[in-house]
Amino acid sequence: MYSQGLIGAKTETTEDESFLAAFQARIDAEEKIEPNDPMPVGYRRTLIRQIGQHAHSEIVGMLPEGNWITRAPSLKRKAALLAKVQDEGGHGLYLYSAAETLGVSREQMTEELLSGKAKYSSIFNYPTQTWADIGAIGWLVDGAAIMNQIPLCRCSYGPYARAMIRVCKEESFHQRQGYEIMMTLARGTPDQKELAQDALNRWWWPSLMMFGPHDGDSQHGDQSMAWKIKRFTNDELRQQFVDSTVPQAQYLGLTLPDPDLKWNDERGHYDFGAIDWDEFWRVVKGGGTMNKERIAARKKAWDDGEWVREAVLAHGEKRKARREAAKMAAE
Amino acid sequence: MANEALLAFVLRLADDHLILGHRLSEWCGHAPMLEEDLAMPNMALDLIGQARALYQYAAEIEGKGRTEDDFAYLRRERDYTNCLMVERANGDFAHTMLRQLYFAAFMEPMWDAIAKSNDATLAGIAEKAVKEVAYHIRHAGEWVIRLGDGTEESAVRMQQAVEDLAPYIDELFDGDEVTAAMAEAGIAPEPASLRAEFDRTVATIFAEAFLDMPAAPFAQRGGRTGRHGEAMGFLLADLQYMQRTYPGAVW
Repeated sequence: MYSQGLIGAKTETTEDESFLAAFQARIDAEEKIEPNDPMPVGYRRTLIRQIGQHAHSEIVGMLPEGNWITRAPSLKRKAALLAKVQDEGGHGLYLYSAAETLGVSREQMTEELLSGKAKYSSIFNYPTQTWADIGAIGWLVDGAAIMNQIPLCRCSYGPYARAMIRVCKEESFHQRQGYEIMMTLARGTPDQKELAQDALNRWWWPSLMMFGPHDGDSQHGDQSMAWKIKRFTNDELRQQFVDSTVPQAQYLGLTLPDPDLKWNDERGHYDFGAIDWDEFWRVVKGGGTMNKERIAARKKAWDDGEWVREAVLAHGEKRKARREAAKMAAE
Repeated sequence: MANEALLAFVLRLADDHLILGHRLSEWCGHAPMLEEDLAMPNMALDLIGQARALYQYAAEIEGKGRTEDDFAYLRRERDYTNCLMVERANGDFAHTMLRQLYFAAFMEPMWDAIAKSNDATLAGIAEKAVKEVAYHIRHAGEWVIRLGDGTEESAVRMQQAVEDLAPYIDELFDGDEVTAAMAEAGIAPEPASLRAEFDRTVATIFAEAFLDMPAAPFAQRGGRTGRHGEAMGFLLADLQYMQRTYPGAVW
């Protein structure tokens, strides 16, 4: 990793008032904060948590979609899905790298994920039951992710902002691909249309939950806004998502599962029904259908791979020793 | 006959690539490290891409209006003519990487020869594939070396993979009336003629990996005539699930 030199680097700061004021002034001037710059402990901690969660979400997110790689219905779809899931892994890799610039290692973050200490996006604790879920995830879940992530391209922390530019480009391709799957289903046989509607029914509300709790209930909101890690509130982003998704659903001829959804002329936005926050918190806290399976699958991959990772290190040591021995013999 | 032999040959190649690509894709999201979660799908995508080009060509040769997906998804098990090696369950990472090395070491001289084929379509497919397969040899070969010359456990696992896969090597090089017709027409070489180069590629890597070349056991064969192992039916059940559940739908 390009950033490994920074892992465990000295990061203490003396956070007196003038230090904090100078830091905030840089943020307010839209300067990018870079890895070697002094930064408040809280800023560093917030970013490690957020980037780590984001990376974990990409990695855990490979599982529900990966569930359909071997059963994709055509060779074209199989190749596209495989490439998509591979992209998610790539996002995970450069997000872990971005987090490493803040002094935390990928191994450490992985351990936190496997122990349950670190969180990942709760949406991936729902099961992918049918092929249409692959379309719905691309369209809605990647769509919601883009709403969240486009502002992150302007995040005050340089490495995160730059990573997000590439991530967003790929996510937007994924979203179009997902929508195209839904379109094919919606225009297909009655069975296919039913698959599409059923997937939409199951993924709509969890997608709205992806933006997090209402602004009033959000734990980290205000400080993140001040530090320009976040640019919009949860509710602003959620509204933006609803406004852009409703016409897309109408175009597909599918019905969003919300009887309260209607255009509000006065607000210039769609009104929508109440989110089931009990369900949200239940899934966040481990009560979703797939929470246990997702972590078990990651843990199995990690544990089963241990002998491979050990062999890599051992082989590296052996090569090094042989090189040195050859050098000594030559001298 | 000439057309029939060409069709049979193209389908063998296509089936080899589809089935191995499918197996490799099963690793996606479950690899020993994130880098391999990217590398294995890369190779699987190469293989599936090659399979698609070959099935499309098969459809053209046959001329009965079938598509790449008809070949990939709607034949019966006995009609798939992939070699037995590629259909085997993945096993551990050592088994997967050694199988990849073997298949790539077989295909590299094959694609190399087909690139100069009298059949322009196959030559075109080979031209692209030859670059991809060279990468597969490098990637899988490096892993065989690392694991063979890594820890005690990895060396044991690697040697076990060598033993487990040994019975499936000979089938790759079998000839019959199809391969004879291809060789005669200057379309593709007799597989047996590729054995020496395969042995050289593998021997070079095994020497660095401190692995013993496999002893000659009882060879297993049958894939080229559609006689498969028990794992194949389950693989096809996954692969064909959607096409069988929703006949005639377009995806």
